[in-house]
Amino acid sequence: MNKSEEHPYELVVGLEVHTQLTTQSKAFSSDATEYGAAPNTQVSAISLGHPGTLPMLNRQVVDDAIRLGLALNCRIRERNEFARKNYFYADLPKGYQITQHTTPIATEGYMDLRQSDGQMFRLRITRIHMEEDAGKSMHDQDAYDSLIDLNRCGVPLLEIVTEPDIRSAAQAGQYLTELRRLLRYLEICDGNMEEGSMRCDANISVRRKGDVQLGTKVEVKNMNSIRHVQRAIEHEFVRQVAMIESRQAISSETRSFDAGRGNTFALRSKEQANDYRYFPEPDLQPVIVSEDWKTMIRANMPPLPADLLHDFTSRCGLNEYDAGVLTESREIALYYNNIITNTRHYKAAANWVMGPVKSWLNAHALSMKDFPLSAACMALLTELVEDGGISHTAAVQKLFPALVSQPSEDPAELANRMGLQQVQDPDELLRLAREVLQAWPDKVAAYRSGKKGMIGLFMGELMKKSGGKADPKMAAKLLEGLLDA
Amino acid sequence: MMNIDSETIRRVAHLARLDFDPQAEAEMLHDMNRFLEYAAMLDELDITGIEPLVYMNEDPGRLRDDQVRQEISHEEALKNAPRCDSDYFRVAKVIDQRE
Repeated sequence: MNKSEEHPYELVVGLEVHTQLTTQSKAFSSDATEYGAAPNTQVSAISLGHPGTLPMLNRQVVDDAIRLGLALNCRIRERNEFARKNYFYADLPKGYQITQHTTPIATEGYMDLRQSDGQMFRLRITRIHMEEDAGKSMHDQDAYDSLIDLNRCGVPLLEIVTEPDIRSAAQAGQYLTELRRLLRYLEICDGNMEEGSMRCDANISVRRKGDVQLGTKVEVKNMNSIRHVQRAIEHEFVRQVAMIESRQAISSETRSFDAGRGNTFALRSKEQANDYRYFPEPDLQPVIVSEDWKTMIRANMPPLPADLLHDFTSRCGLNEYDAGVLTESREIALYYNNIITNTRHYKAAANWVMGPVKSWLNAHALSMKDFPLSAACMALLTELVEDGGISHTAAVQKLFPALVSQPSEDPAELANRMGLQQVQDPDELLRLAREVLQAWPDKVAAYRSGKKGMIGLFMGELMKKSGGKADPKMAAKLLEGLLDA
Repeated sequence: MMNIDSETIRRVAHLARLDFDPQAEAEMLHDMNRFLEYAAMLDELDITGIEPLVYMNEDPGRLRDDQVRQEISHEEALKNAPRCDSDYFRVAKVIDQRE
């Protein structure tokens, strides 16, 4: 929002993101969590809220929470308690959600983001806490009834809350993109917003530039796309500024985003009269996170996008853009990382991954994990081209497609069999060079009188004679040697 | 001691999705005030410096491994529902939220 520089009002946004963890079983019971199962097949007496049942916490949920907390530079709480958040809704059969109310497992973290203008921006993370999801209600399938599917009931969630540090829709988008990438690198959430595994609430207010006090905030609930969050923020900014300018009071309310109309609308005030009557969950003893536990998680942290980005730029000499493209997805970043343990041609390897490999994946609608060539094979292919064994064009157009359909072949051997190997024999190349120069005496004279551009013609002729297989670097050197003699 | 008025009864009833007719509301008002009077005995105790007791012992929480065990079938899940079809629990329609 560049124009906001001269705009008298400032946008203030904090985000709350709910992320569904990719555990096998639920947070407090052992029924499955798989997305898309037939309705009400992944349920248990506990997730159905039957009386006389007791919840038991899934260790993986705590592991994941610690992992995310550490990745977001948070302080990890030792003694974690749970509370009941009470409300009645048909998709919450117990009548309460188990959540960490006053003792979030992670607090006081931050994420550093690079803005489009290159400036770094630090977004503070207030808290991360563990809780459980509710089931799903469908209101439009039947004329009289709402249909309830409780498969999602009890699926573990982490809620990640930021400080109101966000000043533009673009920053909100950057944070969400980066958070989603981080969750995927950590392999704790698949980040599929359209399947609801990452959902966002935005607390949005405006104030006059220079004001210290925050304006009255409006909460826009339950958005399932980064674009929607940005549009809701943009809409609220305009709406709230207009209200202040016309001296209307902004009421602290909950609103919903209508993606079709691009606006927000208020939920009925009765539905907002929330009184959750939190109290400590007596069925769960506190979870103690020891120093040893944290140390173990820290020791097993996968490489994070920021670390890989730094490594790719500083050690491999890639530019920010290439490093950014390579670290966009975890699978691609790790694949590239594996290639460069086998070759030092970092830039060439990056071009292979960003070019032919990505195009192939796109063309076949496959993801990196389905790519048939091993990183070691890609490293051999990279070296083969860089050492002049075959031309780049032949490698991309002929050898690469052949290798992909015969992934167990050795690149050099296959190139040999396909007759792709470049002519690197100096005697053979010298013979060809002499032939070319003899055929064009007038052009040779022109070159020698200063028309150095003629080299292109000689190269072209030489390549033609070699059937496109002459090593261009060697051939050019030989031609120049003969011409300048 | 806290005193319950009709306003509070209505608010709590709404939160619990209950609906009282005037007579039931009056009875509830009477009963709830009696509950509180009874509990007010606790006010006689001096609890300065005593932490609220939440857990009956100091054992840390027990954790489970992340393993799936499907303990009940789809049919069993729906068996006790007041209303259901072959797939879903059915409840009275929760109306559109738009104002």
